Amino acid sequence: MEFKDYYEIMGVKRDATQDEIKRAYRKLARKYHPDVSKEADAEVRFKEVGEAYEVLKDPEKRTAYDQLGANWKAGQDFRPPPDWDQGFEFHGGGYTGADAEQFSDFFEDLFGRGGPRGGYARQARREFHARGEDTYAKVLIDLEDAYQGATRTLTLKHTELSPEGRPQLKERSLNVRIPKGVRQGQHIRLAKQGSPGIGKGEAGDLYLEVEFRPHPLFKVEGKDVYLDLPVAPWEAALGATIKAPTPTGPVDLKIPANSSGGRQLRLKGRGIPAKAPGDLYVVLKIALPKADNEAAKEAYEAFEQATAFNPRAHLGV
Amino acid sequence: MAKGDLLKLLSGEIFEEEVELSLADLCRACQLPAERVFELVEQGVIEPIGRDPARWRFQGISVRRVRCAQRLEQDLGVNVAGAALAIELLEELERLHARLHRLEN
Repeated sequence: MEFKDYYEIMGVKRDATQDEIKRAYRKLARKYHPDVSKEADAEVRFKEVGEAYEVLKDPEKRTAYDQLGANWKAGQDFRPPPDWDQGFEFHGGGYTGADAEQFSDFFEDLFGRGGPRGGYARQARREFHARGEDTYAKVLIDLEDAYQGATRTLTLKHTELSPEGRPQLKERSLNVRIPKGVRQGQHIRLAKQGSPGIGKGEAGDLYLEVEFRPHPLFKVEGKDVYLDLPVAPWEAALGATIKAPTPTGPVDLKIPANSSGGRQLRLKGRGIPAKAPGDLYVVLKIALPKADNEAAKEAYEAFEQATAFNPRAHLGV
Repeated sequence: MAKGDLLKLLSGEIFEEEVELSLADLCRACQLPAERVFELVEQGVIEPIGRDPARWRFQGISVRRVRCAQRLEQDLGVNVAGAALAIELLEELERLHARLHRLEN
């Protein structure tokens, strides 16, 4: 078992006051809260900080922890001395936090597995017929799947209790219909495909969080889809009807005359389908042909003569 | 499973949009008393469709917001109004991230 340096985790000195510890906790909790933080290991850090605070906020637990001595280093192999907590009377003992099941072995070895409250809650869950827990998984789809719907076969791993009550890792395959109109970050709910119920309780639901595979052509923002479309200078200047790809196949697109680079043309309702479907935005990117032969060079020169164009006029130069 | 076995095709709903919950459904899904849901409605964390609480319908996304509010209150010690503000800002942040992601590269 690894030693955990709760002071280091909280970023406070060993002689920090209770107020300093509280302030440090509030700050770290906000920083690593899984609902708030975008950092990849936020959840792990949040739990660590919660565990450290559980010990350091409580003067009894903190004093007992301090008795272990300051010479331990984080990660060092650790066994508590057999009589380490002698002479301490804990009130409640164990965890007081709401999400105590996540605490480390290190914590449990030192402070036990929870007071009467924790024990009761766990027992109560066993005695009733309870609905199984909802489970979560991710499903990676293509943008085209959101337009047309699709079928995906997923292999999910989960832990199941054997008849003897031992947890076992199981694998199962599911054939899932991806509904048309689903968007990034939304969840597909599959009724009763979550954890089995306890007793006569129903199974929980399985939620599949949808993630789009990056698309080589299209970018997605909510229900709207964006396409960068290269156009020739004469197409933008004179107007033209050109072919543009869309997730449902190519369309003819009319470019208005005198379009400038960056102009967005909206194809209403051609975004991700829904009752109120999204739009497809075509963003014009003017592509310049190279002046790599005499005729092209002459054409550019004639162009300059004809337009007397200063693209920096608005900069005053 | 033996090879060649046909897997049953499961169809689900898009939870955030296609699923509607009654007040009782929402309480059950989030394991909360109705009073607490009233409080969250009052603060605008979730918006019911309809006027009469007995006939309220909630969009699936309400479940996500309620759970998030619960966690923020429990873990960070904010009150309901603070959680409501945080959720609004977090959703705005998510939209902006999506836009940034689109505009990058």
